[in-house]
Amino acid sequence: MAQITVENLGKIYRVTARDPGLAGAFRGLFQRRHREVVALNQVSFSLEKGEFLGFIGPNGAGKSTTIKILSGILRPSSGRCTVSGLVPWEQRIAHVARIGVVFGQRTQLWWDLPVVESFELLRDIYRVDPVRFATTMERLVDMLKIAPILDTPLRQLSLGQRMRCEIAAALLHEPRVLFLDEPTIGLDAISKLALREFVKELNRNEGVTVLLTTHDMHDIEALARRVIIIGQGKVLRDSSFEAMRNEVLGERRLIVDFADDVGEVAVEGAEVRARDGRTVELTFDRAKTAAHTLIARVAAAHEVVDMRVEDPKIEEVIARFYAMHGAVEA
Amino acid sequence: MNGLALYWRYIGISVRSEMLYPASFLLRLGSQFVVTIIEFAGVYVLFERFKHVRGWGFAEVALFYATASIAFAIADGLSRGFDSMGPMLVKTGNFDRVLLRPRSSALQITGREFALSSVGRLARGAVALIVAIGLLKPDWSAAKMLLLSWSVAGGASLFFSLKMMEGVMSFWTTEGLEVANTLTYGGEAAAQYPLDIYAKWFRNFLLYFVPIGCSLYLPVALVLGHDTGAPAWLAVLAPATGFAFLGVALLFWRFGVGHYTSTGS
Repeated sequence: MAQITVENLGKIYRVTARDPGLAGAFRGLFQRRHREVVALNQVSFSLEKGEFLGFIGPNGAGKSTTIKILSGILRPSSGRCTVSGLVPWEQRIAHVARIGVVFGQRTQLWWDLPVVESFELLRDIYRVDPVRFATTMERLVDMLKIAPILDTPLRQLSLGQRMRCEIAAALLHEPRVLFLDEPTIGLDAISKLALREFVKELNRNEGVTVLLTTHDMHDIEALARRVIIIGQGKVLRDSSFEAMRNEVLGERRLIVDFADDVGEVAVEGAEVRARDGRTVELTFDRAKTAAHTLIARVAAAHEVVDMRVEDPKIEEVIARFYAMHGAVEA
Repeated sequence: MNGLALYWRYIGISVRSEMLYPASFLLRLGSQFVVTIIEFAGVYVLFERFKHVRGWGFAEVALFYATASIAFAIADGLSRGFDSMGPMLVKTGNFDRVLLRPRSSALQITGREFALSSVGRLARGAVALIVAIGLLKPDWSAAKMLLLSWSVAGGASLFFSLKMMEGVMSFWTTEGLEVANTLTYGGEAAAQYPLDIYAKWFRNFLLYFVPIGCSLYLPVALVLGHDTGAPAWLAVLAPATGFAFLGVALLFWRFGVGHYTSTGS
């Protein structure tokens, strides 16, 4: 059986609408108007043990809501879901003892306590056997390289250091499922790489099932074998990362710096996408036209200074995908 | 680690962080003690002038005053976490963190903060108790002492439940609810005097609706040998209502948690 099953999950928030200004606030005391906001609409998917799922979508798409339902924080308005056979919001305590959750925007540790004291408190909260805890903590501290900062209060750490501690904290009770909600947000390049490497190993070597949400497509590219794109509360796409990549990356670009001012550039098998002075950007379908054929054609017809082939940036691809599916909120 | 031991760990953290600012802490403690003791002195002055209210003398009222103050001080110290949970946890979405931990959410909130300053209130209760005992010079049997302790326990449980319900309301309002203070602080103030000095509707309210009187009036009156119209066995059992009320509050808590909506991130 799948480790995580999500069936027709729906979540509607009731938002109180308020008229602007003091008069509006006063009116709101007596007469409340509610607006219903659909955060999730019939979301279904399932996840096998050991899978690594990237969950992407624009702001307000429903990523966090899904994670919060899966981790037992929120109750859905409709639909079912189970994680390791438990219904998160019905069997909350048993459920959360078995999962690890990291919110990039919010700390799970105690602000004023030295990190190691937070860890020990978590040991007691999760009722982890002390011997086992010592082994796990040593391993995590070693892998995440946080030994030098264990005695520092959390508030004195940099974001990168803090995030490594957060990840360790989420894994002290050895969960088999890990939810990461924007874990790389705000991190510098080195911290991001280190974090990715760690999570990747965790998934590969220890078979921990990971569900990751992020806005950083490089996270997805580096980690997720499977990607779900969500927009306006609906699953727009559920496929392997490769399939998604090939579909949207089918288009390649050839950027040509011409030696002279050229007029109309017409090359068989390619279209002009943009031009800036003597630089012209051509797009072509990699399945139909090979890059070297195209280069030969351009070079034969014109005097050329430089040429390079590029894949569209993955951010751009995703942005286009969102726009195509009307995923971006109004 | 069981719930109680974990609670003490939490409290240790809260107390330690409060102690980070010792001057502020001591000032708060001192001012609370002074304010509350002046209040009690006011009662003395009042009785100095009027001697009796409905047959109750100062010494007897001091005993009501003591039990109500002690019960409230205990509840107040334990329940401070519910006071600020609206703006601190619900509004900000930090309540997420409570729900992510495999422990009772009510226990975690209770352990969030221990109001050391309620020691000031407790001291006032102790002073009133000493005064009452000194003046009454009662022939106190163990049974009477036990009944008084039981009365304080029931009262504390009731006040704690009220605070908890106030916390539940913040799942909807996201803010603290000042109006709920009329029941907690107001309830304490009312229970510091024997209930039969109040109008009938108010007495009934405090006996049958928010049963503060069941814990802090009936048994104390019994200890003082005062006839309240209620049979002795009823007066002895009455503080159990404080614990029944806690059960109701916990049900309401569970209902409230289900309505928690977190915040966007």
